[in-house]
Amino acid sequence: MKNEMFIEFSSVSENESFARVTVAAFVAQLDPTMDELTEIKTVVSEAVTNAIIHGYNNEPNHKIEISCVLNDGEIDLVIKDFGIGIEDVNEARQPLYTSKPDLERSGMGFTIIENFMDSVEVISKPEVGTTVHMKKQLTNSKTVYN
Amino acid sequence: MGLNYTFSVKEDVLIVRLAGEIDHHESENLRDVWKETMYANSVKHVILNMESVSFMDSSGLGVVLGRYKEVLQLGGEMVVCSVSPSIKRLFEMSGLFKIVRLEESEEYALETLGVAS
Repeated sequence: MKNEMFIEFSSVSENESFARVTVAAFVAQLDPTMDELTEIKTVVSEAVTNAIIHGYNNEPNHKIEISCVLNDGEIDLVIKDFGIGIEDVNEARQPLYTSKPDLERSGMGFTIIENFMDSVEVISKPEVGTTVHMKKQLTNSKTVYN
Repeated sequence: MGLNYTFSVKEDVLIVRLAGEIDHHESENLRDVWKETMYANSVKHVILNMESVSFMDSSGLGVVLGRYKEVLQLGGEMVVCSVSPSIKRLFEMSGLFKIVRLEESEEYALETLGVAS
């Protein structure tokens, strides 16, 4: 069965928990394990935080979009901002790399996303924005559908 | 949800107990209060009790790393205790256990720092 949802919200840090809880609630219908649900919540939190801090430089008057498609136990998750973009995506994806060390960022956001998802694609253009496209197959549905 | 925290001092050890969710939104305030408490009391070591933390992302790692650097300046040690499996994974992924010590419980962590509980 295919099912999809789309949300759009302001780039304020209060919405980090809103975003991860909302996506987790949508994904819950696939009956994921607790670990999988935590992983999904964590990657949403990381990507939305990146959009707020880096994409929009903490300016509250912008929009972040999340779309999520569930298809035969696979989660297809897209988190998108229309901010300043990333000059060098490969550099940004390096563990411990941060463009904002003064803000006490750990530089682990993308590394965590890569560890928790099956595939991660980062499409970014300076002054246009950043899209993070992630996929994850849930374990219980793998046994059901294969 | 949100994040709650309590601080207590035993001899030269600051015990930080966190409860709830640590994300970017919560981490900025946590950082300020934690920093303030650390310098307002003459402590050397920090025990971070994460027993009641239900969610943490890389913003939480950033706060822990930031306080670790300050504890190092004080010549002390940072000990983390009562960590859930998912948070343990984040610590492992980021290599944080190479610099902060992990112990089972707050009592035992206190003991290892020479404080009788």
